[in-house]
Amino acid sequence: MTYQMSFGDLLPYWDVLARGLLYTIILTVVSTVTGLAVGTAGAWARSFGPKWAGYAVGAYVELIRNTPFIVQLFFVFFGLPAIGVKMTESEAAFLAMVINLGAYSTEIIRAGIQAVPKGHLEAAASLAMSRLETFRYVVLKQAFMKVYPALSSQIVIVMLGSAVVSQISAEDLTYAANFVQSRNFRAFEVYLVAALLYLLLAIAMRALLRGIGRALFPKA
Amino acid sequence: MSLVDIQDVRKSFGPLEVLKGVSIEIGRGDVAAIIGRSGSGKSTLLRCINGLEEFQSGAISVDGMMVGKTDLRTLRRHVGMVFQQFNLFPHLTAGENVMLAPTVVAKLQKGEARDRAAALLEKVGLAGKFDAYPSQLSGGQQQRVAIARALAMEPTVLLCDEITSALDPELVNEVLRVVEQLASEGMTLILVTHEMRFARDVGTKLIFMHQGRVHEEGAPKTLFAHPQTPELAQFVTGAH
Ligand SMILES: Nc1ncnc2c1ncn2[C@@H]1O[C@H](COP(=O)(O)OP(=O)(O)OP(=O)(O)O)[C@@H](O)[C@H]1O
Ligand SMILES: [Mg+2]
Repeated sequence: MTYQMSFGDLLPYWDVLARGLLYTIILTVVSTVTGLAVGTAGAWARSFGPKWAGYAVGAYVELIRNTPFIVQLFFVFFGLPAIGVKMTESEAAFLAMVINLGAYSTEIIRAGIQAVPKGHLEAAASLAMSRLETFRYVVLKQAFMKVYPALSSQIVIVMLGSAVVSQISAEDLTYAANFVQSRNFRAFEVYLVAALLYLLLAIAMRALLRGIGRALFPKA
Repeated sequence: MSLVDIQDVRKSFGPLEVLKGVSIEIGRGDVAAIIGRSGSGKSTLLRCINGLEEFQSGAISVDGMMVGKTDLRTLRRHVGMVFQQFNLFPHLTAGENVMLAPTVVAKLQKGEARDRAAALLEKVGLAGKFDAYPSQLSGGQQQRVAIARALAMEPTVLLCDEITSALDPELVNEVLRVVEQLASEGMTLILVTHEMRFARDVGTKLIFMHQGRVHEEGAPKTLFAHPQTPELAQFVTGAH
């Protein structure tokens, strides 16, 4: 038996796929920005915060890094309503991704903070800067500079991992591909196109992140 | 009254007593050179003066402010420090390094801080390097930026911990010249140094530390010519 390929059968659904792609992009951007903010706060707490905050963040990081993302997502979307926290598919997808990236980026940014020489902290202290000022003006940018490649990779991983949100019917690219496939039964073509779109998106993101890196850290 | 008054300071790291009752008085405009063997407690003493280290007993006052009682940030606005390893912030240009504390801590307007930074960089001989990053500067240039950065907070006293020790020999003099100029302008300086000639020629006071104590102190020229203790005599000859 030979399979007759027909990418033409996808054409009527191009807008569905485009909307899915857009959804994936927006979800990734929004949860990346928020997730990095969470990661920054977490890294601060683990490096400079009070002891109890450091432990709490440590527990959060270990919990998230040692459980599957899909279980985290299901817990947020199906589990939390049991205690009265209800949200839409999109809200749950966003929250789960922020929680996930927040944990991973906490660890990455913390490594960057630890790589800042102690002498720089003493120099800042000697200039009468407070701990918070030191963190904001001396530590943070250096830390990001040092771990920017690792952070960039993690962001792309998060984008690719976002495909899982289709499992709670958040209408991302994978959800769109599933939908199209269920209509025209062109699984091979649909998923091939979806894979290519993810690939292009990943390549575009890496290029964009490199550009942002060059702009932020001119003489790194 | 002396500007920096150190009275019977004792400091231990765990079981190791590093400062065993140090008393020193430094007047306004003094250039105090602290010399001594590795491990004799020179850095620790300096770091006690601006609160980078806490000490267990004794008292230090700077311009009437008691170290340990005065808020650290208030104290440090009056006490500048320059380090052996420069410790410039690599993500900021030379000018931004100098501007940072004046804008963030002293709340100077950007423009005013920029003018001050430019003037200080010119003073240390780096007028053209405002926009250079530390990685683009030589060690001697970096250390001069670090001096300018400390001066930008207009300190009452400047602490220098072996600020030429990490430099290639040919770069030492450009930094010492800046320090000498500060001394001639009346800046109060406390220098830990291995530059004996500089200590003798520029210092107004020499302090020889040995095993956590001030072993000898006095006028540099006298002390170098006539050390009273065998330890200093040996140190002075050994240093050449
Ligand atoms: N943070 C610390 N913890 C434990 N011991 C320390 C610490 N800092 C310094 N010491 C010890 O205190 C003693 C004095 O050190 P200090 O750095 O003050 O000496 P120094 O005179 O500056 O020596 P050098 O000429 O090598 O710089 C040394 O024995 C050192 O090992
Ligand atoms: Mg030392």
